[in-house]
Order: sequence, then structure tokens, then C-alpha cells
Amino acid sequence: MQKQAIFQTKLLPYALVAPQLAIVLIFFYWPALQAVIQSFLLQDAFGLSTSFVWFENYVDLFKDGAYFEAIVRTFFFSFAIAVSSLSFALLLAVMADKPLRGSMLYRTLLIWPYAVAPPVVGVLWIFMLHPSLGVLSRYLRDMGVDWNPLLNGNQAASLIILAAAWKQISYNFLFFLAGLQSIPKSVLEAAAIDGARPMRRFWTVTFPLLSPTIFFLLVVNIVYAFFDTFGIIDTMTRGGPGKSTETLVYKVYTEGLLGGNLGSSAAQSVILMIMVVALTAIQFRFVERKVTY
Amino acid sequence: MVEEEGFRRYVAHIILWIGIAIVAFPVYIAIIASTQENALIANGQMSLLPGGHFFEVYYQTIFVGTTGSTREPVGTMMLNSLVMALMIAVGKIAISIISAYAIVYFRFPFRMPIFWLIFITLMLPVEVRIYPTYKIVADLHMLDSYAGLALPLIASATATLLFRQFFMTVPDELLEASRIDGAGPFRFFWDTLLPLSRTNMAALFVILFILGWNQYLWPLLITTRDDMQTIQIGIRKMITTSDALTEWPLVMATAVLAMLPPVFVVVVMQKLFVRGLVETEK
Repeated sequence: MQKQAIFQTKLLPYALVAPQLAIVLIFFYWPALQAVIQSFLLQDAFGLSTSFVWFENYVDLFKDGAYFEAIVRTFFFSFAIAVSSLSFALLLAVMADKPLRGSMLYRTLLIWPYAVAPPVVGVLWIFMLHPSLGVLSRYLRDMGVDWNPLLNGNQAASLIILAAAWKQISYNFLFFLAGLQSIPKSVLEAAAIDGARPMRRFWTVTFPLLSPTIFFLLVVNIVYAFFDTFGIIDTMTRGGPGKSTETLVYKVYTEGLLGGNLGSSAAQSVILMIMVVALTAIQFRFVERKVTY
Repeated sequence: MVEEEGFRRYVAHIILWIGIAIVAFPVYIAIIASTQENALIANGQMSLLPGGHFFEVYYQTIFVGTTGSTREPVGTMMLNSLVMALMIAVGKIAISIISAYAIVYFRFPFRMPIFWLIFITLMLPVEVRIYPTYKIVADLHMLDSYAGLALPLIASATATLLFRQFFMTVPDELLEASRIDGAGPFRFFWDTLLPLSRTNMAALFVILFILGWNQYLWPLLITTRDDMQTIQIGIRKMITTSDALTEWPLVMATAVLAMLPPVFVVVVMQKLFVRGLVETEK
């Protein structure tokens, strides 16, 4: 699509794109390029000389068991967060889609957690489930659970997943509700006339028609779990105990903070970049298809 | 629906209220905790009903700060967060709308490459370029400054894309008409395009303000001075010291204050919020 009516001014358009272009080049492309270059270089222990080492930094990373574990952990977190948050949000959206009294109020009361920042989410949940003073920890202990997420890695991981999924409920709910409302009621009525019970109608009609929304949300949730959980992890567990809640982004952050190996840190950033590119590509391919339906 | 009996509706109401309770519970606990004595909370004896220290806790939080780790009043942090959020939201909208204007209404060499350069930044979130970006901001002497907090986050592929799409739908006749009236590119932009974009700008503003207010990783890296701290960073530092010393009522009051502006925006401007969210995700 092209505009027919256009201006002929020569310099003005450059002046108009200049601010955005400057920011993009200085703060996006230049650092990204630095990361790529750095990832092919190796510094000696004293930072006195650097040499070009091709893919050595990458090879070292993949030989390192800890990095591989961080990849697996990140994917596991993403999957657990996405599935738990999506299924709960879908249940709520299906209920809110019914012609109920006060459905607008329900929507308002369910969407506001979108606005809560990840570090605040972390603070809220660690406070409730803190081993010594959390209000919920009391009940867990009364039930005989030896609850201490500050020492037990699995408990820490489940706490992160719980908190991260909680924050994402509202976003998923909103998009599920929009998806449900765009399903033509006549299709569901036809299924009902054919004698399909509500549960059957949901699985054979609603769910398949909702699959574009589900797929879209799956990608969004994975991206969220990869990047936006940083604040939650940082206020709750700092990647610990041990490394049991250290995701890929958190690993780059902590290792960079300690100084250490620049090449390895850069290589990790580049791998993350490739993952974002892949996820974005999947998302766009899919959105493209939805548009041409 | 077709044979929707009353019973099913009751179930729906109950499930929705359970969902609301789950969503609201952590925040309820935070509000309750912010009105109680620290000694009670530290002993694990916290009551689930409001205590009587609301005013003194919030007064100390906003104007005095904690005695231990940060020592900066939360009022200052909120001001920093507000300045950063406004700079990010207004900055993104301003530079995106003018670049979209250039790309749609002008023909010039490198038009599409420039568009793609902006577009691809979608794939370069700050998390994947943390330290090199930090180094540039340090080299430009922008650490501990509002410019350093906001500028590196101010480019926006989504906003540019959104305005571009919107400008494409503006009928060409409007430009013809304003040309006949003798308007140049500035007048057309200011008198015609900007007023038409108002709703889009408002919806974007709501989303971008929340996004800006909730920034965490970037301010964490580039602010070292206490008085430049945003509220999200301040809250993290408050629970850094050993657990015994954490002043939980103040921490929880800070959490409540950190949630208040963005949640308020979502609830009060719900229509714009939903619109902005759906539009920016396309």
C-alpha cells in the first residue's frame, strides 16, 4: 500500500526520522554490534591483550554444564509459567464470557495486576511465603510441609513460577476474552442444536476456534518468562539457592556484575538475541496468517 | 446461551470470585502489612486484619524513608519514577509519530531501510544488550541522570508501526484539501494529522506510561546514587539487608505506592488501556 499524495520536500523527512534513528543507532545497534564482536574475542586474565578466537567462547559455553542447565531451566520455567497462567486465565475468560450480571466489573477486577511491576510481584509473593514470617507459610507448616524456599531449590523454583504466572493471568485473560467474544454465537448455537453438551461444545468448537489466540499467547508468555521474570527473580531469590532459579537473562546479569569473562558474557547475549529473533519471527509469521484469514 | 440454566451461572459467578480473590490476595496482604507493627510481622504473628499504624507508616515511607538500607524517602523515588515514565512515554510517542509521518508522507532515498532499522529494534530488548549499552551510557557521562534512564529506552518500533498503519488509513483527500488551503508539511501535521491521532496517542500513552513506571533492569544498572533511585529499585534495596532488619511495614507501603499509579491508570482509563494493549500487540 502506498500513499498517492506526498510532499516533495528534500531535507525535512531526514530531520523527522533523525531523532529516532540516532537513538536506534547509538543505543541499539552499536551495543548489539559490540556484543557480537566481543563474543569472538578472548581477553587474557589481566585484560592486557585480546585475540580473535572465532567461536571458542560459544564452544566453551556449550561445553559448560552450568550453561546447559540454565537453558533447560529457562525453558522449563517458560513452559510451566505459560501453561499454568494460560489455563487459569482461559477458565476465567470462559466464565466471564457468559452473559452474567456485572461482567464489566469482573473484567476490571481481573485485569489490574497487569500494571504491577515484576519486582513488586516478587516482593508481594516472598512476603506471603517467607519461611519465617509469611502468612501462608504458617498454614504450609501446619500441613506438615517443610517449607523453606530460601534453602530448598525446588521450592524456590515453584515460588518463582507461581508469582510469574500470577502476574500474567490478567494479560492472558484479556486476550482470551477478546478471542472468545469474536467467536460467532451462531456456530455454538448450531452445535447446541445438534445436541452437543456445553463441555463438548467447548472442546470441539470453542477451543479449536480459539487456537490462534492460544498460540499467540503462548509465544508472548514465553517471551515474558524469558525476559520480564528478571525483576521477580531478583527480588525473591537472586537466582538462588545455589543456581536453582537462575535463568539465562539472570545469568548474563550476575556474571557481568562480577566482571569476569567479557567474551563469554557477550556470547551469552548473542545467543539470547538469536532466541528473541526466532520467537519474534514465529509470532509474526503467525500474525500474518491470522490477518489473511 | 441456548440452555444456560441458572445453576451454571452460579458456578460461573463463584469461579470468577475465586479468581478475583486469588488475584487480589497478595495485594490485600501488602496493604494489611503496611498498617501493622514490624515486631508483630517479624515474629510471624501478623494479623489478617488492618492495624492502626496506617498514617505513621505511610508518613515515614514517603517523607523519611527507612532507617537502614536506603535512607531515601520514597517520595523522591516516586518523583524519579514519574519523571522517567513520562520521559519514556512522551519521548517514544513524539519521536515515533514524526518518523512515521516522514515514512508515510514523503519519498526520500533510504526510506525503507530506515523503516527496517527502526522495525528490527523490536528484536533487541535491553536484556540482550545490557553491558555494551551500559558502557555507552557511561562513556556519554549519562549515569545517574534522567537522560541516561530514559534515552536508551526511547526508540519504539511498535509505536512507529502503529502510527504508520494509522496514517495509511487517513484519506488522501485531507492532504489535498489542506494543500489547497495553502498548508505546508508542518501545518498539515499540526492541524490535521495530530488531532486525528489523539485517541491512538492516548491509548499508547497509557501502555507506555505503565511500561516506563515499571522499568527495573535498566535503572538498576545505571543508578548508583540514592537520590536518583526509582521506586522499583528502592524497594529491592529495602529488603537487601538481613531479614531481621527489614522494616516490613515500610517495604509493603512502598510496594503499595509503587502499584498505585499504574493500577490507577488501568482502572480509570480501562478503555484506552485495553485498546492500547491490543493495538500494540498486533
